[in-house]
Amino acid sequence: MGSLRVQKRLAGQSHTPDPVAHTLSEVFPETVSDAAAVGFILARLPRTDAPVLWVQDRLSRKEAARPYLVGIGTARPVIMVHLSRAADVLWAMEDGLRCKALGAVIGEVWGDPPALDFTATKRLAMRSEAAGLPCWLIRRAASANLSAARERWRISSVPSALHPHDAQAPGRPRWSLTLFRSRRAKPGQWVATYDRSADCFDLTASVRDGSLAAGHGAAGQRAAG
Amino acid sequence: MDRWQRVMEQQGNAPPDDIPIVLAREGHHGPVIHAANRVARLNGINPGSRVVDMRAICPDLQVEYADLAGDKAALDRLVLWARRWCPWTVRDEDNGLILDTTGSDHLLGGEAAMLIEMETQLSLLGLEAQLAVAPTWGAAWALARFGPVRSICAPDQVTDKLGALPVTALRLNEETLLLLGRLGLKTIGALMDVPRLSLTRRFVKAKLEANPLLRLDQALGKLAEPVASVDARPRFRVQSRLAEPILDPTPYLPGLCEALCEILDKAGMGCRRLFLTAYRTDGDISHVTVATSATTRDPTHLHSLFRDKIERINPGFGLDLITLEAGAVEELQHRQNRLEGGSDDDLHLTQLVDRLCAKFGSRAVTRPVLRQSHIPERAEKSAAALAAPPETETAARQERPIRLFDHPEEISVLYAVPEGPPAQFVWRRRPFRVVRYAGPERIAPEWWHDRPGTRLRDYFKIEDQSGQRLWIYREGLHGDGRGGAPRWFVHGCFA
Repeated sequence: MGSLRVQKRLAGQSHTPDPVAHTLSEVFPETVSDAAAVGFILARLPRTDAPVLWVQDRLSRKEAARPYLVGIGTARPVIMVHLSRAADVLWAMEDGLRCKALGAVIGEVWGDPPALDFTATKRLAMRSEAAGLPCWLIRRAASANLSAARERWRISSVPSALHPHDAQAPGRPRWSLTLFRSRRAKPGQWVATYDRSADCFDLTASVRDGSLAAGHGAAGQRAAG
Repeated sequence: MDRWQRVMEQQGNAPPDDIPIVLAREGHHGPVIHAANRVARLNGINPGSRVVDMRAICPDLQVEYADLAGDKAALDRLVLWARRWCPWTVRDEDNGLILDTTGSDHLLGGEAAMLIEMETQLSLLGLEAQLAVAPTWGAAWALARFGPVRSICAPDQVTDKLGALPVTALRLNEETLLLLGRLGLKTIGALMDVPRLSLTRRFVKAKLEANPLLRLDQALGKLAEPVASVDARPRFRVQSRLAEPILDPTPYLPGLCEALCEILDKAGMGCRRLFLTAYRTDGDISHVTVATSATTRDPTHLHSLFRDKIERINPGFGLDLITLEAGAVEELQHRQNRLEGGSDDDLHLTQLVDRLCAKFGSRAVTRPVLRQSHIPERAEKSAAALAAPPETETAARQERPIRLFDHPEEISVLYAVPEGPPAQFVWRRRPFRVVRYAGPERIAPEWWHDRPGTRLRDYFKIEDQSGQRLWIYREGLHGDGRGGAPRWFVHGCFA
């Protein structure tokens, strides 16, 4: 097992010369109420103070709660958009990707609405790449159907690390990350340990993999998305 | 009082006429009566007296609070509305209008006919009015309030007509009125009989509102009191008259937006609201309103806000006139904040917010900001999307979840430990077994906000067998006397 910088790993295996080009990524949380996916996205957002456009549909807000600013931190302002239909969410995200003043666009869509088809994801991906804005689509209770997202993740929580002072308490959160489709990197499976105070996470390959273990990135470095 | 009655009628809960109602305002010693309806006045309740005294006279008195600022604003609008009779109008203190009708009464058929016309129009607005015509501001003030109904006073009758009125009609303050009463001067006529020299000597240092001689001169026209009319704010409006009725106004919109923005540009103004009015051939009118989050005069942006709203106009048999009016007009100067001549790209963000607000409504687009509170759901409130963040940014000392439920969801606890989290619970029909936990963190209710009987909360961060981390709390304690057994809720999710 080895700890690696995501950026280095992605760069090493990619065919595109620019490893930090922002694009559309889809995230599928394993369970509906699991906030690991949100934590992962927040840790991978570029570290700027540009506002984040966060679009939620009604069911996502009802079933999976709303982002809580006190927990997220006020480093970057959040513009929340609460909508009822998935088509509106996609419209708002597409509009947001035309605005260069934003830092990122995050959308949450519940289930498999007919509006979210290959064309819609392709539009989002192309707009995101044209604007150079990271765009994340969180899809709960959804199947991984046809999509043009450049990266597709499946994320769930796993039991956390040991708390340094209290054996009874949960320590640093750990997530199981599965990159099951990617245009730039080889798909793989990792376990990430998130450090809240430094806002960075370490990656550990959960499956022994020769090509991954060969790297020697310094632990504790932030993954640049 | 009339305005309040109309507002209540609009809200659909207007009280019946036979209930005494007063509007109160804050006085030095508790609330005093600002205005009373007819029943209350008949019961002997007069404005200016204290509410508690009047409650003693009339036990079933209903008291509402007066909206003084709203009254003033309504009166300011009425000033402009009254320009239909004469071009020179002004607001008089808090409860009057002064119209300089010199040369405009003959247009309405003489002064008497003019007063009747005014009273009719005002009563159509739902307002009760006392009117008088007099050569001076002071005399008109006195006659309207203390004279006969619709009194008309020719320039040579001023002395006679004012002489019979009480000294209260001279716009003097309370202390001076008390003093004049002690001196035995009850009417203006009695005051006029006093030699000028002694009045001058007595009130030589008094201000205008405490000086009966100056006020008397003003009322009699010996001292000039001009009417300084206010200018109406310019209206920015463009229209396109159509030679033939059309069904689709869309092709005319870009031209209208450009014309409007040109006018705004010339005046150095920008608008935050646009009203589009379409007049149908059969006399029906439809309105479309869009709003922007920042002042702008960019025609393409303003046009794009109408994109999905135009379809709501029902053209019927066709439209023959379209007008576009700018509302909430503010000053907007050209801004250049880069040396080479460009300007910031912040405008782009405001445009995005405008587009989202125009499509989904301004309630859907919010921005969460922090607030000083220990109660988790109160520590965050949503502000307008482009509102400035408050200065008091407080970081949470304890770890907080990154997702919070709008309404905490109740869980059924299968097995509870007395001083700790439940060992096992069911949430959303799924069993959770608590493997590790941190807590409790006790959050007491805010007694200055909450109803009495609100129970305290003990929060736990728990981790279940699959690694999911939740924020749960127990509401209340066993035997705290505020309800039955404590209940458990899920309130948030940790990363």
